[in-house]
Amino acid sequence: MSEELKVPTMAEYMAEGKQPEILFWVGSAGSYDDRAKKITKAFVKILHKAKVDFAVLGTEESNTGDVAKRAGNEFLFQMQAMMNIEVLNAYEVKRIVTCDPHSFNCIKNEYPSLGGNYDVVHHTQYIKELMSSGRLTLEGDTYKGKRITFHDPCYLGRANSEYDAPRDVLKKTNANLVEMKRHRSTALCCGAGGAQMFKEPEKGNMDINVLRTEDALETKPDIIATGCPYCNTMMTDGVKAKEKESEISVLDIAELIANS
Amino acid sequence: MQYIPNILFLIILALGIGYFTLNIKKLIRNIKLGKEVDASDNKGERWRNMARIALGQSKMVKRPIAGFLHIVVYVGFIIINIEVLEIIIDGLFGTHRIGLKVLPESVYGFLIGSFEILAVLVLVSVVVFWLRRNVIKLKRFLSSEMRGWPKNDGNIILYFEVVLMCLFLVMNATDTTFQNLGHGNIISQFIAPWFGDNPDTLHMIERTAWWLHIVGILIFLNYLYFSKHLHILLAFPNTYYGSVQPKGKFNNLEAVTNEVKLMMDPNADPFAAAPEGAEEEVPAKFGASDVMDLNQIQLLNAYTCTECGRCTSACPANLTGKKLSPRKIMMDTRDRLEEVGKNIDANGGEFKDDGKQLLGDYITNEELWACTTCNACVEECPVSINPLSIILDMRRYLVMEQSAAPMELNNMMTNIENNGAPWPYNQMDRLNWAKEE
Repeated sequence: MSEELKVPTMAEYMAEGKQPEILFWVGSAGSYDDRAKKITKAFVKILHKAKVDFAVLGTEESNTGDVAKRAGNEFLFQMQAMMNIEVLNAYEVKRIVTCDPHSFNCIKNEYPSLGGNYDVVHHTQYIKELMSSGRLTLEGDTYKGKRITFHDPCYLGRANSEYDAPRDVLKKTNANLVEMKRHRSTALCCGAGGAQMFKEPEKGNMDINVLRTEDALETKPDIIATGCPYCNTMMTDGVKAKEKESEISVLDIAELIANS
Repeated sequence: MQYIPNILFLIILALGIGYFTLNIKKLIRNIKLGKEVDASDNKGERWRNMARIALGQSKMVKRPIAGFLHIVVYVGFIIINIEVLEIIIDGLFGTHRIGLKVLPESVYGFLIGSFEILAVLVLVSVVVFWLRRNVIKLKRFLSSEMRGWPKNDGNIILYFEVVLMCLFLVMNATDTTFQNLGHGNIISQFIAPWFGDNPDTLHMIERTAWWLHIVGILIFLNYLYFSKHLHILLAFPNTYYGSVQPKGKFNNLEAVTNEVKLMMDPNADPFAAAPEGAEEEVPAKFGASDVMDLNQIQLLNAYTCTECGRCTSACPANLTGKKLSPRKIMMDTRDRLEEVGKNIDANGGEFKDDGKQLLGDYITNEELWACTTCNACVEECPVSINPLSIILDMRRYLVMEQSAAPMELNNMMTNIENNGAPWPYNQMDRLNWAKEE
């Protein structure tokens, strides 16, 4: 992307006395991780294309506390949650969209009892919404006939029973959608959840992401589609471990849509 | 003299039901050692879950072979047990096949005939189950936690069912009046010739099978408390109390909320005297290190687990050779709870510290840290058990009471505390991505 992205903040909206349609919750991975930043930018590109009035919190956003909670640190989680809720409530945020299923699950399910009540949407759900309301249309045939297999993120799928939105969006690309043997509610975790992303795995005979990559390779895909920045890292590493990176790309649904 | 069989029957029945009641009371007492938990919400959905998952076996059929066989045994077991009602009435009042006196012959014949067919189907299914466990050696029945008693327990249950079904068929085959009826002996008519035609011998075999059948059922009933087979009763309350929230929603600890609110309140006086009555309050323990720290639903979960291992066979950590097995988490919880219960019984109703706990003596840190919180175990469980909630509560204890998280996780948490991200990046750089190429 050569042009600089226009990314307005809530503070700027506030200064103009306006409210955006949605708050885009970028998340820690989306803000700092080099691979995840590409997903963030792709999603912003989609938002611009669909002429969505959006804003981010920018430097006022802090980690949701999700990973601390799953590691067992309820204190840190609730501190983070309450700080974020104070900011979100001060801006009177109503609707939040995020590319990270962990942030999605955490804000949607665990913030309400701490005083944070918002309509929280995963970006695949939001893209589907933009498509069905006609605000976003795909012109190109970039992926026509390509074999794409979708890896369900645990915190979107099993955790929140959303299996269809990512698939519905992918179908719009005219790609050839192929399913792994373990998919939807029986999908295998990529291995990053529950704070595993930040530590070495316990002793075993294999890494979880490699096992999951084997599931994906069985479908002989051209592209492995993901809907979570952590899954993306894990699957990318898995594909590298299998030395298939020249044949198979691992792309977030936001990237797939932004490119088509 | 003629009432001796009736009295004997009454005594056996009373003993069987009495001992069972005693153990159920113990089970309820043990579950109540856990923390109370409010499950008074969503009554309609809870009843529907019970009807669908426990009664309707909706999750069993996700694995079609085991699911189908299980339904056969389950339906057979429930329906054939209608026959027990007749046996009890006959036993208590000295009647013989009271059903024949209250029902038209054809209806009675139809009922018993269906029972006989079901009995054969149950026998076939039980044999397949036995083969799956002992000959085909399915991986999920071979994990290390299944060695010893759990393996024997599984087989004993199958043997019980074989014996009970055979006794039922023999009882019918050797009952000359029933055979002469010509209704309902769909299966037993083929077995009848095996026993000859001496009326005295037949009568003796029939009586022996009848008595052994009812005694066997009572023994089986009492075996439940000591076995994984408790699920035939507890699946119902367990699916009722199972979570009705999205699986990703983990509970927020209230004790923590209170402290965090106090910390964040600029008007809070850190030196203020404790409010009245507060001095008697024991400071809340965060997370769980023993069964008493878990809640009552988690303990009910442990008693309900029938060790089928579907959870473990779907667990990404277990599939890749890590020590974690969600089934073992449930089995350990039950074993420790039983140990605590026995301790209470031995010490006149009070628990005496035995220097042991669930954490460390049963479940290791290594198992707990291997979990990805992916919810595959929760999704798989055919009776709505949640091993993940126990894992999380024990992690909470490790982190908040013992500061015993792995080093890398401590670094990650320090980063979040200091700069609001799990990596050591500056909070002020959070929007830099928008300006980068």
